[in-house]
Amino acid sequence: MSAAKNGNGFDPKTASYLDSIEVVEVQRGPEPGGLGGAYRAFGETLRGLKTTMARLVEGPMTIQYPEEKTPVYPRFRGRHKLHKFEDTGLEKCVGCSLCAAACPADCIRVVAAENIPGDRVSAGERYAAVYEINLSRCIFCGYCEIACPFDAITMGHDYEMADYDRRDLIFTKEMLLAEPIERTPLKSEGE
Amino acid sequence: MPPLADTQFVEATWIMVVKSLVIFAVIFGILPLMTVLERKLIGRFQHRYGPNRVGPYGLLQPLADVGKLISKQAFKPENAIGSLFVLGPLLPVLSGVLALAIIPWGNVQDGVGFYGIDVPIGILYFFAVGSIAFYGLLLGGWSSGSKYSLLGAMRGAAQLISYEVAMGLALLGVIMMGGSLSLVDIVEAQGDLWFIVPQFVGFLIFMLAGFAETNRTPFDMPEADAELVQGFMTEYGGMRFGSFLLVEYMEILVVSGIAAAMFLGGWMGPGPSFLDPIWMLTKMLGLVLLFIWVRATLPRLRYDQLMSLGWKVLLPLATLNVLVTAVLVVVT
Repeated sequence: MSAAKNGNGFDPKTASYLDSIEVVEVQRGPEPGGLGGAYRAFGETLRGLKTTMARLVEGPMTIQYPEEKTPVYPRFRGRHKLHKFEDTGLEKCVGCSLCAAACPADCIRVVAAENIPGDRVSAGERYAAVYEINLSRCIFCGYCEIACPFDAITMGHDYEMADYDRRDLIFTKEMLLAEPIERTPLKSEGE
Repeated sequence: MPPLADTQFVEATWIMVVKSLVIFAVIFGILPLMTVLERKLIGRFQHRYGPNRVGPYGLLQPLADVGKLISKQAFKPENAIGSLFVLGPLLPVLSGVLALAIIPWGNVQDGVGFYGIDVPIGILYFFAVGSIAFYGLLLGGWSSGSKYSLLGAMRGAAQLISYEVAMGLALLGVIMMGGSLSLVDIVEAQGDLWFIVPQFVGFLIFMLAGFAETNRTPFDMPEADAELVQGFMTEYGGMRFGSFLLVEYMEILVVSGIAAAMFLGGWMGPGPSFLDPIWMLTKMLGLVLLFIWVRATLPRLRYDQLMSLGWKVLLPLATLNVLVTAVLVVVT
């Protein structure tokens, strides 16, 4: 403190708190109004016009939704899909109900049945006789996908599932096995 | 009855009627297209497409809009003053159509003047007729019996007195250089040099005042949809509201037309003389694009800012411009 005292008459005993605060000069712009203000406003107007024109040149960024769709990421969790083995055509699902157990929204219902040797439905001992997902309950968390020991259920990329009736949102096994009618575009590499 | 038009030039009555019908048809064909153009351009300025669903490129959008407006109930508030409330939207339409008459599309060709009427008082007629539009605004706002409308109308009145003087003075320089009040004579006087070059300050002031005259951003305080819910138009619905909107575009065309004739050489352009109206229209549309561009750019001013701009900046600048022009005209 003595250095400050020697400097410009600063005495810690008599000085008030305000003297110890470093005072910063506030930088203010020129006063608005008047001819100078009008001149500056004119310049800023031209700058603004340039900015909007640059936006015009860039072109629209709108994605025209029903015709164009936003591409989704590969790990996007959309509507579920059930899978079959490509070579044998048998269903991967063995009706173990682990997905139903994992589901926090309790929207999956599985009723298992024994495979008949001559007419196999799935590759395992049993198969899902009933497999329903109530999509109006589903929260698309993807736990069913993680719980499945045979990768029989995965989350697809479709997100257009709106319907007029709640009953139509209960998807049966046939609907989940079928290929979706419209494919949602996938983001390409590095997009 | 005293002659309204230049008595040196006489046309057959049927020519006058056909002429006015053609002007009317062309302008009322352009107006809906202008609304689409504006909405599409504003969209582009904001990275959007604008209307593109109704008809090819959204060109039929105004038809859909008008259809909607016509089918709406013509609502009148309980404490509105009936006759004035109805008169409100009519006066601006009247003034807009009247002002269209003096926009020159070309000089006399084959005995037909390419304009509605060449009044010797020319630009005074424009001011006289243009101010009638504000009566519609004031009456409509006041007679609606709503506080938003009243506030909008009050702002309109404050706006009117702040820009009109500067607007008149801005054109005075052109009138002195052209040596006539008639728009046709003024355009003819720009054969060598468009008046925008020597009268650039006048052009700027006129365009600024023109934005105020047409209630466009940045001077759209009478409407001010954000704070006054369309101001004087709040209580209007259906086609009455539609005619207020229509008039806004008509006034843009009129102001663009006057500016094109006074500063941009009117119908002057290369090519044979039958292209004259096309040149005039091109210049007008260029100015219309400027209107739209500015609307996409600038925010709305507070109305004390417009008053101080009008009285403290535009008026002294315009006066100075007139003085300098007067001295130069006398010297040269």
